[in-house]
Amino acid sequence: MMSSEHCPISLQVNNEKLILTVFPWVSLLDALRDKLNITGPKKGCDHGQCGACTILCDGKRIVSCLTLAIMKDGSSITTIEGISQGDLHPLQQAFINHDAFQCGYCTPGQICSAIGMFEEGKAKTRDDVKELMSGNLCRCGANMNIIDAIMEIKEMNSHE
Amino acid sequence: MSKLPLIGQPVPRLEGKLKVTGAAKYSGEYNMPGLLYGYVVNSTITKGKINKIDTDAAKALTGVIDIFTHEHRPRLAWFDLQYADMDAPPGTPFRPLHNNEIKYNGQPVALVVANTFELARYAASLVIINYEEEVFCTNLVANINKARSPKRGIATALKPLPPKPTGDFEKAFKKSYAQVSAEFFHGTEHHNPMELFATTTIYEGEGKLTIYDKTQGTINSQLYVANIFGLHFKNVRVIAPYVGGAFGSALRPQYQLFLSVLAALELKRPVRVTLERHQMYTIGHRPSTLQRTRFGADAAGKITSLNHSAFGETSQYEDYTEVVVNWSHMLYPSPNTLMEYKLIPLDVYTPLDMRAPGGSTGSHAIESTMDELSYKLKIDPLEFRLINYGETDESAGRPYSSKELRQCYLQGAERFGWSKRNPEPRSMKKGNKLVGYGMATGIWEAMAVPARAEAILTKQGKLQINSAVTDIGTGTLTVMTQIAADELGLALDDVTFSYGDSKMPFAPIQGGSFTVASVGSAIKAAGKALRKKMWKIAKKIPGSPLKSTDLEDVIFQEGKIILKNNAAAFVSFSQVIEANKNRVIKTTNTSVPNIFQLKKYSRATHSAAFVEVEVDEELGVVHVTRAVTAVAAGRIINPKTARSQILGGMIWGIGKALHEETISDFRMGKYMNPNMAEYHIPVHADIHELDVIFVEENDEIVNELGSKGVGEIGVVAMPPAIANAIYHATGKRINRFPIHFDSLL
Repeated sequence: MMSSEHCPISLQVNNEKLILTVFPWVSLLDALRDKLNITGPKKGCDHGQCGACTILCDGKRIVSCLTLAIMKDGSSITTIEGISQGDLHPLQQAFINHDAFQCGYCTPGQICSAIGMFEEGKAKTRDDVKELMSGNLCRCGANMNIIDAIMEIKEMNSHE
Repeated sequence: MSKLPLIGQPVPRLEGKLKVTGAAKYSGEYNMPGLLYGYVVNSTITKGKINKIDTDAAKALTGVIDIFTHEHRPRLAWFDLQYADMDAPPGTPFRPLHNNEIKYNGQPVALVVANTFELARYAASLVIINYEEEVFCTNLVANINKARSPKRGIATALKPLPPKPTGDFEKAFKKSYAQVSAEFFHGTEHHNPMELFATTTIYEGEGKLTIYDKTQGTINSQLYVANIFGLHFKNVRVIAPYVGGAFGSALRPQYQLFLSVLAALELKRPVRVTLERHQMYTIGHRPSTLQRTRFGADAAGKITSLNHSAFGETSQYEDYTEVVVNWSHMLYPSPNTLMEYKLIPLDVYTPLDMRAPGGSTGSHAIESTMDELSYKLKIDPLEFRLINYGETDESAGRPYSSKELRQCYLQGAERFGWSKRNPEPRSMKKGNKLVGYGMATGIWEAMAVPARAEAILTKQGKLQINSAVTDIGTGTLTVMTQIAADELGLALDDVTFSYGDSKMPFAPIQGGSFTVASVGSAIKAAGKALRKKMWKIAKKIPGSPLKSTDLEDVIFQEGKIILKNNAAAFVSFSQVIEANKNRVIKTTNTSVPNIFQLKKYSRATHSAAFVEVEVDEELGVVHVTRAVTAVAAGRIINPKTARSQILGGMIWGIGKALHEETISDFRMGKYMNPNMAEYHIPVHADIHELDVIFVEENDEIVNELGSKGVGEIGVVAMPPAIANAIYHATGKRINRFPIHFDSLL
């Protein structure tokens, strides 16, 4: 049973086309972390409750632990590793400047989630940002600095 | 012009770039060919025996390599002591897969090892276990009659038992002008670091292991593994490069370490064991605690009598203790005191230090009682604390090494706008919401323990510093680099700090807010010794301008040893290396706290928290809309990372007062909400305006750095300040944490 249903899929991950075979029950998160050695997306709960595994799939933020890899055959995936080419993304730099992390484990998810949130265009105020980022937990308590960093980039974007 | 010291500068975290790009690797992220995945099977009963474990169906799956149980495991160390780690309380440590006895719900009973994670998880579901259940108890409040005094052990040194009674409490309390007696309770809480506990063990052959472990002490894990598996200490290397939060949960080696090592040694292959989130509720917790207070004061508001009793939960096999009741008399002088601390053994896993253990528990009762007493006396809560300000530590009969708590009160109150408070409960409103202001005092002991560090001047004239210490997100890498750079007058870029590796010099477990004081002091000592070595070599260089100098006559700056009053007279670090025949210069040094000097003083960090809440009485919803915490923690090495530590602590305080609770079903003896959706921690939407003040505090006694540590103090005062603010807003005194909305309707 276990070996007969190996499914070939293709994923565009951080601008690189990758072909892999996975069992249908393998989550996108585990495929990235264990099979492709892309460990930026983190596993904090495996139940879609903490947001640490947030990635961008075809431009939208999703929790990769609640997504099976085979569901995303042909999709374009951006993980924290692919957020910037060369220099840091302004939000990554803002996270450093605002000390928006301590242990760093929720950070990749926070950054991907915030970039996805910008694209959604629903966040108008700081309160909106706090609400729309609340699916990304931080246990170190860097919350205020995280929102400060996101607001800095949000305001910068809105002035462009 | 001399270079600005790096100590005191808000240096951004040196590992920042690695953390924001996903390049920082955690212990469960080391992939390699042939890696096997272990999945833990946990007991579904709370107490009893395993009659039979049937692993046939699981083993029959292609790709399942082996299943380890108490019936199928190698011979392990025999003596309890060999299972004791640096943080083991008095008792007999838990031994995973030791025998068929079940001591608590969720106890690991088998490890399935397979080719893939998914297969291991599936196979684990096929393991059938037949149990014989026994009667158990996990309910603290229902078992108060079983309370007994804790056993003493090595841990008692860092966790002193209550001081002896003074005066005659009962008589003084009865006679006092104003009295308050109250009872407080908080349930079990879990650390819940974001990173799942994981260990990757690589079998290197010939009894050698390299272990990536989630731990707060690489040497603690090394010691534990070497002792249990009978390996040479030097053959066990434990690396904890990045630690995704811990908050105390990784102070003791957890069972995934044991199981990963066991499987790797048996199978002679690399094995990773990662716990699931629900399994992280089986590895230690903040114990549920019941507290009772009776405080009395005279008509002038002076406290005359203090009584604080606490009943904490522990397991049936270890006496885990916390310092809960010692604090009130450290803060407030009183001629009559009575402090009691008792344990109630239950059928649970041994509790484990969780951020500000004991301190945040005790302050809840102490500072809420103080608040209530201030209302009885009709004295402003802040004024009441100032009336009872302890210039010395009366509980120990000695002065403080430093104590700028008064400045915390004054600067915190000023920044917060405490003077705008109408003292009457229910008097302040914003729209349809009640507004309340509350405050509380915080205290945490400033401890230090021995540590070692190595300092190396490299051939390039740069500084390399080594210590086994971890960085659990506290900023250890950054602050240690700052300390080291200042010792040799170098820029940050010229210093490399290697850490999180048991092959480095000894560091204690990272907890209790003592890392800077302990490891920082060791690094300072090593830097100092290196300076001396370098100066000695520099003196001997033919024609050296430093030839007839004393060490005090020179300064180390920008890669040179320079004569203090003549900047033109110097020897460069590269000349020193050259004179040393192009060999590096090394020194390893130990920092041992000077007990004889230190014991003349009480050493503590202090804080004052001021909180504004808004309460919607129709919905019972509470928001902490503003909070200021003023902290006196000696010298702050890095105000940026230290501020984050305090902010994090304040948010933990919000969680403790309003959100966090692991709910037990006492009939089943198990936790009912072991996941991040039902164990509530504050989310972004819960966090509003938080502000941190570090008051000036000069301490030349506590350690050479004058620094006291900031990991716990941010948590201590916030929960009671929130409860006090809720009282001010609503007139309701809720002494049970977390404060649920239904209690405010």
